[in-house]
Amino acid sequence: MIRFLLRRIATMAVTLLIISALVFFIIKLPPGDFLTNQIAELRAQGESASIAKAEFLIRQYGLDRPAWQQYLVWLGVMPGPNGFSGLLQGDWGWSFEYDKPVVDVVGDALWLTLLVNFAVVIFIHVVAIPIAIYSATRQYSMGDYIATFIGYIGLATPSFLLALILLYYMNRWFGISIGGLYDAHYAGEPWTWDKIQSLLSHLVVPTVVIGLGGTAAMIRRMRANLLDELGKQYYVTAKAKGLGPTKALVKYPFRMSLNPFIADIGNLLPQLVSGSVLVSLVLSLPTVGPILLSALKSQDQFLAGFILMFVAVLTVVGMLVSDLLLAWLDPRIRMGGAR
Amino acid sequence: MEAPILSVRQLTVDFSTDAGNFRAVDGLTFDIPKGRTVALVGESGSGKSVTAQAILQILSKKARITSGSLVFNDPSNGGSVDIAALPAESDTMHALRGGRIAMIFQEPMTSLSPLHTIGDQISEALMIHADVDQATASRRTMEVLDRVGFPDPKRALGTYPFELSGGLRQRAMIAMALITRPALLIADEPTTALDVTTQAQILDLIKELQAETGMSVLLITHDLGVVANVADEVVVMYRGRIMEAGSREDIFRNAQHPYLQALMRAVPRFAMADDERLTPIREVKSASLATAHAPERIQPAGPILKVEHLTKSFTLRSGWFAGKSREIRAVSEVDLSLPAGKTLGLVGESGCGKTTVSKMIMRAITPNAGHVLFDDGTGPKDVHKLEGEALTTYRRSVQFIFQDPFSSLNPRMTVYELLTEPLRIHDIGTSDERYERVKQLLEMVGLDQRALRRYPHSFSGGQRQRLGIARALALEPRVLLCDEPVSALDVSVQAQVLNLLKDLQAALGLSYLFVSHNLAVVDYIADTIAVMCRGYIVEEAPKSSLFRNPVHPYTQALLAAVPDPDIDRPLDFTKLRTGGFSQPSAWPEPFRIEPGEFGVMKEIEPGHKVRMGRLTAREAA
Repeated sequence: MIRFLLRRIATMAVTLLIISALVFFIIKLPPGDFLTNQIAELRAQGESASIAKAEFLIRQYGLDRPAWQQYLVWLGVMPGPNGFSGLLQGDWGWSFEYDKPVVDVVGDALWLTLLVNFAVVIFIHVVAIPIAIYSATRQYSMGDYIATFIGYIGLATPSFLLALILLYYMNRWFGISIGGLYDAHYAGEPWTWDKIQSLLSHLVVPTVVIGLGGTAAMIRRMRANLLDELGKQYYVTAKAKGLGPTKALVKYPFRMSLNPFIADIGNLLPQLVSGSVLVSLVLSLPTVGPILLSALKSQDQFLAGFILMFVAVLTVVGMLVSDLLLAWLDPRIRMGGAR
Repeated sequence: MEAPILSVRQLTVDFSTDAGNFRAVDGLTFDIPKGRTVALVGESGSGKSVTAQAILQILSKKARITSGSLVFNDPSNGGSVDIAALPAESDTMHALRGGRIAMIFQEPMTSLSPLHTIGDQISEALMIHADVDQATASRRTMEVLDRVGFPDPKRALGTYPFELSGGLRQRAMIAMALITRPALLIADEPTTALDVTTQAQILDLIKELQAETGMSVLLITHDLGVVANVADEVVVMYRGRIMEAGSREDIFRNAQHPYLQALMRAVPRFAMADDERLTPIREVKSASLATAHAPERIQPAGPILKVEHLTKSFTLRSGWFAGKSREIRAVSEVDLSLPAGKTLGLVGESGCGKTTVSKMIMRAITPNAGHVLFDDGTGPKDVHKLEGEALTTYRRSVQFIFQDPFSSLNPRMTVYELLTEPLRIHDIGTSDERYERVKQLLEMVGLDQRALRRYPHSFSGGQRQRLGIARALALEPRVLLCDEPVSALDVSVQAQVLNLLKDLQAALGLSYLFVSHNLAVVDYIADTIAVMCRGYIVEEAPKSSLFRNPVHPYTQALLAAVPDPDIDRPLDFTKLRTGGFSQPSAWPEPFRIEPGEFGVMKEIEPGHKVRMGRLTAREAA
């Protein structure tokens, strides 16, 4: 077990290293960077004071050095102008666009993103699993067809469109604004009970909007998985033992049909972060999606790089978690080959 | 007379499918007396499993009991209930199912949930039906596991099905069925997926338990040998109807119905006369076979295929969490020789290495040591050193027939495409010539030309296997490797395919390496038989002397374990009870082989060789 964990952590480290290199060089691929673009713009306007500041920043962050050196400095394995100070040391860099350290820009957004996505994941599972069980056990019944139809609508509806529609009608019918994750006047306030309440009430619509597509997809997949398992012999055995239909279903085929979803946890997390960008923009949610988008557009390299690395870490950790969960839940994996 | 445990009267089960209604069971009537074994015999699709499912009301959603009654008389309380009239999910039905009527299934691997321990699954059966706590249930589970022959019941509680051998899994299934002390046990092909020695042990166990508990058994099987050995009464089904029913004596001594008579004639038995031919229920005529003849080729002076000291080890990488790897020797020092135009039978239980040998001959696996020599008339050549043109020629000369006729034909190709594919790969003939050749092949295996445009799914198992044979013949091979070619087929169809193979050999001068676990089948088709166990050839002999005088303890056990469809030759269960036949280190002297050793083959009469252990090897030296 320990050996396995160590081996996995070593591969994770290597994977992350490769991802970091890819991320950095892809961000650097377009010519220039945020500061040189800004300097060019400022020159055109003749603002020498700001130019001086920008040039100071260029030196400060070593942007005048070759790209591979910048990469190593960013990573924290090569001394920059301020000595070793990179991701490995916990220094996430400076956002030129916001003129703040990256940590201050993403700070709250990171946790809110995780919160929204966690809510979405819960929503998807809570809604999708019962519907899937219903439609799998009553295959080709009226209820199955209705669930399937709603599922297809859910799959086909662009979530940002749904967000826009809800935004408009919620305001028109109930006079409430559903934009943002809390009422505007709480922005920048410390976390109080009122603010949390406001957060929770604002969470409902984004959760539903973001989760709808995932729910529909999950219903389809879960239904298919369950249908496969329902035909298996061990389910017949369970019934032949005299187990009631619900108990037999939940203990045997349902448990089996969960495996692919556990295996998918690693993919789920990053997908939700990057997948909800449009909705976040429309609903003006203070999550990292919109920040990432603007950072990529303006070549704010440290900010974009950090967010992408964050997603990468989520993926890799998610994979590890799902592997460990699978091993815990499925004895065939836990003891496979040990025969 | 005492009331039967179960009386089935005019039972009719209908399936409603998209293609219309289909009557799977049609007016079935029979009784299961108390404490007796009734065998329900028939080919696949005869409705015997559907009957079993109807008794437990676990039919698939498409099926429905349309009429008839299933009266169950519970001997424990004298109550009597008509199962057919009960709703499938009623409390009475739940209590009956698993409680008073229990069932075991064919495939012990898939019948047990891989995610739950044996202990969990067995004790669950008890806890559903009896008001016991977990501790009592575990204790009872251990008792019943001990009874069905688990060596360490306490440890077995925490094991998962995939950690067990097929035989132990089926024992666990039996434990699960019997823990509630049911009045009726339905065994649906309980031993079909097991090796013969294991089969004999499981049948023995069921018989013993029946004597102990006085339960009745409904045994569903297609194997007349099993029926002859364990059944008291026999019901023969065909297409949902009873063809013939009666006591075992009546059925085997005095079969009346033509279908039953035909079925009996289609099963290969030991002690068949040399020129006796099986009679398939539906004979397939091949028009061109009588006129077909072998292509003019130089015949090799010696054997056409020779295997010398073939050894293969596999490295097992054990699980995720343990880093150690183990080496398993699958094939140890195997010597075989296949004379041209003859059949060499390779017999052994699952996992003995027989398929590995055939794959090495095919050059699908590279051996660790030893050679495969092929002689096309120009002298023996090492197959694993062939390259380029010579290799292509070898591939044409040696073709393979697979076990599973369903997965060995690409469902997206028509028969024409399937049969011309070998010709296209080897770039033989123009498209007109290929068309002619394919027509000829189809005729040879007794299929109609109209089959050409159809896809494999529209053929039955036997027809598909004949397509597989036609494909193997496309390149005019000299050697056919047949890996369990009939074990997935019904007995009647099996006879068809075996006869076809025999006829083809006679007409085309083919040489067969026939791999099978079924001794009777090998006995029918082979000239020489090699018995394999744990990677060793333990005995090799012309078939007459092998069956007349089996010397090796493993061969003897194997022969003793095959149930013969002849009630005058019953299985000797006590002899098979000891077990350990397939452990080379447990064989008695002078056959004992210690791990890591090979032993030597000793010729005891002309052509009859037996593997001896180290002691004898030293004496010989």
